[in-house]
Amino acid sequence: MSRASLFIPISVFALIIGVGWIGFSLNDPHELPSALLGKPFPDFEAPRLHEPDQRVSRDDLLGEPVLVNVWATWCPTCAAEHDELLRIRDETGLRIVGVNYKDDAAKARRWLEAYGNPYDLIIQDPDGSLGVELGVYGAPESFLLDRAGTIVYKRVGDINPRIWRDELRPALMQVMDG
Amino acid sequence: MIPELGQVSLALAFCLALGITFFGLAGAALRRPVWLGALNSLVIGQFVFMALAFLALTQAFLTDDFSVAYVANNSNSLLPWYYKFSAVWGAHEGSFLLWVLIMAGWTLAVAVRGRHLPGDFLGRVLGVMGLLNIGFLAFLIWTSNPFERLVPMTPADGADLNPLLQDFGLIVHPPMLYMGYVGFSVAFAFAVAALLSGRLDATWARWSRPWSNVAWAFLTLGIGLGSWWAYYELGWGGWWFWDPVENASFMPWLAGTALIHSLAVTEKRGTFKSWTLLLAITTFSLSLLGAFIVRSGVLTSVHAFAVDPTRGLFILAFLVLVVGGSLLLYGLRATTMRSRVGYTLFSREAFLLVNNILLVVAMAVVLLGTLYPLAYEAATGGDKVSIGPPYFNRLFVPLMLLLSVALGLAPLVQWKRTRSDRLRRDLRWMVPGALAAGVGVPLVVSGAVPWQAAAAFGLAVWVLLAHAADLVRRARPGLRRVPLAYWGMSLAHVGFAVTLIGVSMTSVLSVEEDLRMSPGQTSELGYLSVRFDGVSNRQGPNFVAQRGDFLITEGNRQYRLYPEKRRYLARGNVMTEAAISPGLMRDVYMSLGEPLDNGDWAVRMQLKPYVRWIWLGSLIMALGGALAVLDARYRRLRQRFAAPAGAAPAPELSGTPLPGEAR
Repeated sequence: MSRASLFIPISVFALIIGVGWIGFSLNDPHELPSALLGKPFPDFEAPRLHEPDQRVSRDDLLGEPVLVNVWATWCPTCAAEHDELLRIRDETGLRIVGVNYKDDAAKARRWLEAYGNPYDLIIQDPDGSLGVELGVYGAPESFLLDRAGTIVYKRVGDINPRIWRDELRPALMQVMDG
Repeated sequence: MIPELGQVSLALAFCLALGITFFGLAGAALRRPVWLGALNSLVIGQFVFMALAFLALTQAFLTDDFSVAYVANNSNSLLPWYYKFSAVWGAHEGSFLLWVLIMAGWTLAVAVRGRHLPGDFLGRVLGVMGLLNIGFLAFLIWTSNPFERLVPMTPADGADLNPLLQDFGLIVHPPMLYMGYVGFSVAFAFAVAALLSGRLDATWARWSRPWSNVAWAFLTLGIGLGSWWAYYELGWGGWWFWDPVENASFMPWLAGTALIHSLAVTEKRGTFKSWTLLLAITTFSLSLLGAFIVRSGVLTSVHAFAVDPTRGLFILAFLVLVVGGSLLLYGLRATTMRSRVGYTLFSREAFLLVNNILLVVAMAVVLLGTLYPLAYEAATGGDKVSIGPPYFNRLFVPLMLLLSVALGLAPLVQWKRTRSDRLRRDLRWMVPGALAAGVGVPLVVSGAVPWQAAAAFGLAVWVLLAHAADLVRRARPGLRRVPLAYWGMSLAHVGFAVTLIGVSMTSVLSVEEDLRMSPGQTSELGYLSVRFDGVSNRQGPNFVAQRGDFLITEGNRQYRLYPEKRRYLARGNVMTEAAISPGLMRDVYMSLGEPLDNGDWAVRMQLKPYVRWIWLGSLIMALGGALAVLDARYRRLRQRFAAPAGAAPAPELSGTPLPGEAR
C-alpha cells in the first residue's frame, strides 16, 4: 500500500461534492442522448395488465403516434406526473401506452383505480426485461414513437407542463407533419 | 421572558463551545495543563445551558405560549399535554435543539467517563466535539431559531402538531435516533484525536469501542422504532419503504455496524488500523449527510421538514468542512504500515473482513440509490426520477444473505487460524440442520417452499445454531465464566437472525385483501373470517372520526377491531388510523379506505405473520450492544488508566515531560 492510497477517501469525497456542485450550478438541462433515438422500438412480447392472458407485441404500438410511459406504483414521481398524462390524453387525444415496470400487477390495477387511467394499453413488465431493452434508468421514463414505431423522442424523468410545452408537443407536431 | 432566556442560554452555550474547542485543541497542542483543566467546567456549563434552553422551549409548549412562532406552528391548545411535550421535537427547529442538547450530553459523558484518558488525548477529543457543536449551534441560532417571536401578531391558537406525529412513536423515535447519530460523533472525535496526536496504535480503538457500541445500540433502537411507527401510523401496513430519509438513518447504521466489528479487530489483533479510522470518520459523516438530506428539503418524504435553501447550504458547507477536513487529516496522518500479524482464510480476522466488505458494499448500494435521484435532479435542472424498492431489494437482499452465511461461521472460527477438524465437526450437523429448517418450516407453515423464504429462514437457523453451539462450548467451565461482552455479541447476532426471520416470513406469507364491503358482509382473510358491522362517528379531543367496526373470527376466538378515518380540526387533514390485533406469530391489520355509495366502504385488510419479529430482533440487537458495554473488562480498563490514588483527576500529559510553566 502506498502513501498515496490514503488520499483515495478524500478524492472520492471531493469527486462526489464536485459532481454535485457542477450539477447544482448547471441550469440548462443536459439530457443524456439515448442510443435508441431514431431506432425502432425493440421487439417484445408481454402480457397486458388487465387481461394477463392476452399478449401484446411491437405491432400493437404501430399505426398512430404513441407515447410509451414507463411507470410503477413504488415510484412517487410517477404519481406526480400522472395528472399531466391524464390532461394530455384528455386534451389532445394522444394515445398513451403504459409499461408497468418491476411492479405487482394487483397493486398496479388498484393504483389506476385510485388515480385514474390515462393508458389505452398497459404492458406488464414485472421483471424489467422490456425496461432493460429500453435502457431504463429509473421510473418514470417516456418514449414518443411515430406511426412506424420509431423512437423520435425520449424523456427520462417526469412529464410536466414545461416538458410538454417545450419538448414533447414540438416533437409530436413534427411527427404529425412528417 | 422565558423564551428570551432560552435564546440567551443558546448564545452562552455557543460561547462555551468556542472555549471547549480552543482550550481542548490548543491546550493539547501547546501542552498547557491549565487550559485542559478548564475543559471540565466548560463542558458542564455547555450542557447546563443547553438543558436550560430545552426547558425554556418545553415550558413555552406546555403553557401554550403561541407568541413563539415555533409553538404556534406546531401546537394547539387542544393538544393533550404529552403531545405538547413531544411536539418540542416535532419539527425542524425543536428537533435540532434536541440534537444539540444530546450532543452536549455526549460531550459531558465523555468528559466524565474519560477521566482515565491521557489529558492531551481527552483534550483533543473534547476539542473536536466542541468544534462540531460550534457548527451545530451556529446552525441552530442563525438559521433555525426555535425561540423566534410572533409579536405583535400573536395568534389566538396554534396550527396544531402534524397528526401523523401525534403518537407514542414520535415521543421516543427521534430521541433514540439522535442518540445514535450524535453518539457516533464520539467515535469520530476519538479517531480525529488519534490522527492529531499520532497515537495510531490499538489504544484509541480500545477507548472508543464502548462509545461506538452504545451509539450503535441507540441507532438500532431508533431505526426499529421508526419502522414500527411507520407500520402502524402510516396506515398501509408497510414497515420499510426505502424512503430517502429511512436510508439516511440506515447508512450510518451499516457503516456503524462495520465500525464496531472493525474496532474489535483493531483492539484485539492490532490490524485494520487505518481502515477502522476511516470507518469512524465515514459513519459520522453519513450521520451528517442524513441530517443534510432531512433538513435541507432536497428530498421529499414523510419526514421532510420545511424547505429552506439557506439551511441546506449551511449544512452542505459544514459537511464539506468536517468530512473534507477529517479525510484530509486521514490522508496526511494515517499509517500505511502493514501490521505483521498474519491470519489465514479460516480465521476470525478474515471473517470480520468479509463482514466489513459486505456491510460497506451494502452501504454503497443504499447511498447510490438515495443520491441518484438527487444527482439526476441537479444535473437536469429540476427533473425527477424515482429509484424504487426493486433496485434496493435486488441488490440488498443477496448481500444480507451472504452476510448471514458469514455470520453463522463467525463464532466457529478463531483468531489467526481455526483447527479444521473442529470446524468440520461443527459443520457436519449445522449444514443439515439449517437445510432442514429452511425447507421444512416454510413447508409446514405455508405448504410451499418459496426459495427466498427457504434461504432466509435456513440462514437464520444457521446463525442461531452456530451461536447456540458456541455458547454451550464456552459455558462448559461454568455459565458465570462467560464474559458479558460475549453475551452481548451473541445476543446481537441472535437479534439479527430474529429480524431476518421476521422479514422473510412477512414478505412471503402475508395475505392482503382490498375490497368493497357493505355492512353485515363477511369475507375471508387467510384462515380468518371478517365481518363488517358498519361505520359510526366518534369525537376525539382534537379530531372527529368515522370508526369502522369489524368482527374477526380466528379459530374459536372472536374479537373486534376499530380502524378509523380521522379528521383533525385545526388543520383539517384526514388521517387513516389502522386497527391492529398484534401477536407474536401474526398481526391482523385493518384499515378503512374511502366511503363508497350505499354505505359501502373500501377496506384493506392484511394478515402479517411474524411481522413483530422484525422489531423484536432490533430490540434484541440493541440489548446485545448495550450488554457488551457493561463487560467488566471496560471497568478494569478504567481502573488501570485512572489517576494514582489520592491525586485529583488532574490532566495528565502523555509522552514528554511538561515544560516548567507555573500552575
